[in-house]
Amino acid sequence: MNTKRETYLNPDTLPFPFCPGCGHHTILEKLNQALVDLALDPKEVVIVSDIGCAGLSDRYFDTHAFHGLHGRSVTYATGIKMARPELTVIVLIGDGGFGIGGHHMLNAARRNIGVNVFVFNNLNYGMTGGEHSVTTPLEARTSTTPYGQLEQPLDIPASVGVNGANFAARTTTFDPDLADLMTQAIQHEGFSLVDIWELCTAYFVIQNRFSKARMQETLEKLDFETGVLHDRQRPEFSRAYREKAVSEGKRENVVGLTSLDPSFESSLPRQKSLIIAGAAGAKISTAGTLFSQGAIFSGLQATQRNDYPVTVKTGHSIAEVILSPEEIYYTGVETPEVVFALFPEGLAKVQKQIKALNPEDLLILNADLPEVETAAQTWRLDFRSAKRWGRKKEYRAIMALGVYLRASKIYPIEAFQAAIELSPRYAEDNLAALEASKDVEMG
Amino acid sequence: MPQFMDGNRAIALGAIDAGCDFYAGYPITPATGILLHLAGHLPKTGGLVLQGEDEIASMGFCIGAAMSGRRVMTATSGPGISLYSENIGLAIMGEVPLVIVDVQRMGPATGAATTGAQGDIQFLRWGTSGGYPVIVLAPTTVEECYTLTIKAFDLAERFRVPVFLATDKETALTKTTTHIEREHTPRVRDRKTAETESEFVPLGIEELDEVPAMTPFGGPHKLRFTTSSHDEHGYLTKDPQALDRLNRHLAAKIEAHTDEIAMLDVDADQGSETAVLSYGISARSAKAAVGKARRSGKKATLITVYSLWPVPEDAIREALKGVKRIIVPELNLGQYTREIQRLATNDQEVIGIYRVDGKLITPEEIIEQGGVL
Ligand SMILES: Cc1ncc(C[n+]2csc(CCOP(=O)(O)OP(=O)(O)O)c2C)c(N)n1
Ligand code: SF4
Ligand SMILES: [Mg+2]
Repeated sequence: MNTKRETYLNPDTLPFPFCPGCGHHTILEKLNQALVDLALDPKEVVIVSDIGCAGLSDRYFDTHAFHGLHGRSVTYATGIKMARPELTVIVLIGDGGFGIGGHHMLNAARRNIGVNVFVFNNLNYGMTGGEHSVTTPLEARTSTTPYGQLEQPLDIPASVGVNGANFAARTTTFDPDLADLMTQAIQHEGFSLVDIWELCTAYFVIQNRFSKARMQETLEKLDFETGVLHDRQRPEFSRAYREKAVSEGKRENVVGLTSLDPSFESSLPRQKSLIIAGAAGAKISTAGTLFSQGAIFSGLQATQRNDYPVTVKTGHSIAEVILSPEEIYYTGVETPEVVFALFPEGLAKVQKQIKALNPEDLLILNADLPEVETAAQTWRLDFRSAKRWGRKKEYRAIMALGVYLRASKIYPIEAFQAAIELSPRYAEDNLAALEASKDVEMG
Repeated sequence: MPQFMDGNRAIALGAIDAGCDFYAGYPITPATGILLHLAGHLPKTGGLVLQGEDEIASMGFCIGAAMSGRRVMTATSGPGISLYSENIGLAIMGEVPLVIVDVQRMGPATGAATTGAQGDIQFLRWGTSGGYPVIVLAPTTVEECYTLTIKAFDLAERFRVPVFLATDKETALTKTTTHIEREHTPRVRDRKTAETESEFVPLGIEELDEVPAMTPFGGPHKLRFTTSSHDEHGYLTKDPQALDRLNRHLAAKIEAHTDEIAMLDVDADQGSETAVLSYGISARSAKAAVGKARRSGKKATLITVYSLWPVPEDAIREALKGVKRIIVPELNLGQYTREIQRLATNDQEVIGIYRVDGKLITPEEIIEQGGVL
């Protein structure tokens, strides 16, 4: 059990620095009262403050303190709560901070991270000179709305409440039960927020002849209810995350590395680059990887870069593969020596490379595609002759690579098979397609 | 035991093996792979992975978690680094150990998402207000993505500073044959932590270049962390002496240790008057070019810089002794060339070779434009 303390305020830093009559005094006194009532261990409390006059608050508490950037306080609080769910993490933020960081606040509420937010809502920016904020009421005069505010004020508890906060309330510094409300908010699991309306005696009070009574009128006029507005029991995020996502496995067991120890031999005398030009959904990148892995099984080095549109399920899909008996430093493929043109989408993309092919190079063309002018030797592959497997678009690249490998013998087909066997789920079909590639007729 | 993988996967693996136990990030090409790999694996090792609502939040989560005792990383690309800016400043101010991966893509702005570049090299160093130093490492291979990620964690913990790993689309997404030997007891030094018994002073240092001990939120001491210029107890101050001390400390703890941080590889060719100096993906082209030149009987020294910031000035000057011509290939319009220019002596000519068309610099370009042959 924690021992009861008389105060959580730090006598060395007091008094508060605020203007006479500023509502921030009241909020901090009531927060202190709430902490006293809760009897929390000060080493288990982190006060995360924002910017502005409200942001000066953390230094007066004898707890942990994090004074962060404008509007971002709730993001730091989230990181702390995620790392240490047992801590009480309290966010002190102004209406200005809520405005600039509102996006974080909505997401913290939606996430239902167990931090407790107290908004010092004085309807303007105190520290920078009384400019309007997201909560400045209609027609109010501020340093930047001398004509009267035209923008609708933001309803803070409603915005977090409608987005899933476990607890949302609104009150004023004149509420005799403020400390109890703050206690209730801190005790509530999940995201909680109390929007506390107050006076900025240096600016808003002067510019609008604002007072306790005018505040009450404004709330009524806006139809802004006070009291507890949302009270739910959704699961708190840092704990829910741990339950659902986290387990304590050993690093080395969790992620394994597939070793491709050379167990075959290659006759490739020097670097060779290939381009496999296909279409989305035709497993071009997978085929390129299996082909490269087969090469590595044969003692070669390989690199593979893929190109496809950002809308991955449409258009071309191209894999550039370099194989070499030596280490490959430069991974670009300017002038490939072998081009596989297997689908119209891919063919359209590699026109330039095909034009640049030399007589000793090779173009492997799907026989269904139109004739292409090239200096290179051309193999026209009739996939139809391989019946069932030849008709399936997702096996075309593996089959074309099989044909090429058997003819060129740059490395043994068994090495390609060994690479295919690395993924048991697809191995059977891929091996069958590779076998069927023997039936592909070449024109 | 060769493997076949890309740089993003190697970075994720490096983070896991470095004992990273908190990651937050926001999806962006070409860095998304790191988030995906870690989202799939890190929580299985007790780690936490969060997708923030944006890059600002992701950095906020990371900083909060790091100060609560976690070993943290985030990864993004240029547009995300732009959003990280204010929190990079906070991490410098609050001395937060933090690894930030920048998988560079072509900028400015959205630029070309799937096109590589090395355009953030100065931005990473000067990307927040104040001008205080950070550490930037640049791997050239997939294997180095693994080893330098671990090194980045080590330096972050050692110096309590954001350490950037500057890669690029090409390194991140091109699969290559790798020979990664996993480090199951990685060489990451633990952060210096305040002893439970003694009094804790947030900026408790005797020498300016010393790194103060940490204590986590929820730990044995009450921690004061602040975005504001502060005195040794972590309280906002305007006292000129305290401000001077803080700011000089933030610079000295990195700059006075440049030699300790320095990482470069010098493949010297005795009596060579030409040096090719590069980093990251362009260093691979440089290596190929130098190999080619040597095979045809020419002399050329190859210098690969892994620790871009702080600039390893003494080590670079030393490596360039006797050289007349320094060729600097990079995928921007001369960002690191300007650092080399200021280190070069009057009789050394610096030739930058730049490409900003999304293509890699070819070894032939280096040989021809640099006059290596
Ligand atoms: C990114 C950023 N923009 C602007 C500022 C300048 N600034 C300091 S305080 C403040 C307004 C704070 O208003 P509020 O959160 O309502 O706090 P109050 O002073 O009213 O208590 C602003 C805009 C800043 N510190 N950081
Ligand atoms: S300027 Fe306004 S908010 Fe700031 S201390 Fe004075 S009264 Fe309070
Ligand atoms: Mg305010």
